[in-house]
Amino acid sequence: MIFSIAVFAGPQNSEAPLSALLFARAVIAAGHDLTRVFFYHDGVSTANLLNTPPQDEPDVTQEWSEFGQQHQLEMLVCVASALRRGILDQTEATRHNKPAANLAEGFEIAGLGQLIDAALNADRLVVFK
Amino acid sequence: MSQLLFIQQTPPHGSIIGQEGLDACLMGSAFADCALLFLGDGIYQISGTQNTQGLGVKDYSVSYGVLPDYGVSKLYCRAQDLEDRGLALSDLSLSLAALSDDAVAQLIKDAAQVLTF
Repeated sequence: MIFSIAVFAGPQNSEAPLSALLFARAVIAAGHDLTRVFFYHDGVSTANLLNTPPQDEPDVTQEWSEFGQQHQLEMLVCVASALRRGILDQTEATRHNKPAANLAEGFEIAGLGQLIDAALNADRLVVFK
Repeated sequence: MSQLLFIQQTPPHGSIIGQEGLDACLMGSAFADCALLFLGDGIYQISGTQNTQGLGVKDYSVSYGVLPDYGVSKLYCRAQDLEDRGLALSDLSLSLAALSDDAVAQLIKDAAQVLTF
């Protein structure tokens, strides 16, 4: 079965990105296809490289980063939601004249149409919010 | 049967989720047959006379007016939600159908994918 995952809440105040990660691991472990993970609304904060949780708490950003790269997942971050929340890759930082970029490794800035595409081209779209 | 069902269940202006949900619905309409359902306090997103001037935030609710231009005509709410809140269909800024709980369940069941905001 083809799964897509959407994450609508950030790691600062929700366990949704962590639950989504656990679910993603289970999807792959069960032999299903996971083609895309889309981060929207506060979910884009998951891709913030500067997230620095206490040492005895999970670093959800790093875990997603490693997991995504290991499985070559498409991990897309909505550009409009990301800019609003200060998540920028180097291209956006340059375009908007900001001093730094902070998009974590493995994540990619993309348009909202990719969420719709993920919904239409998967057997199941699972939303974590 | 709609390919994509968008559900708005959060009141407006306290969070940006309603606005981003509407953006997603409008984007969806470019690719697929979409329906929009207001559940619970989400119905306040389209309650008639909103004015965010004192709040200092943008009143995104006016954007709901473009739904017909985007071809989104399947608009629903739950009848019981209206009654619970002392609202009538005439209090809303959109023309939509009030559904029974069974009809809401069927709507969700029939959708290929559901996106909740």
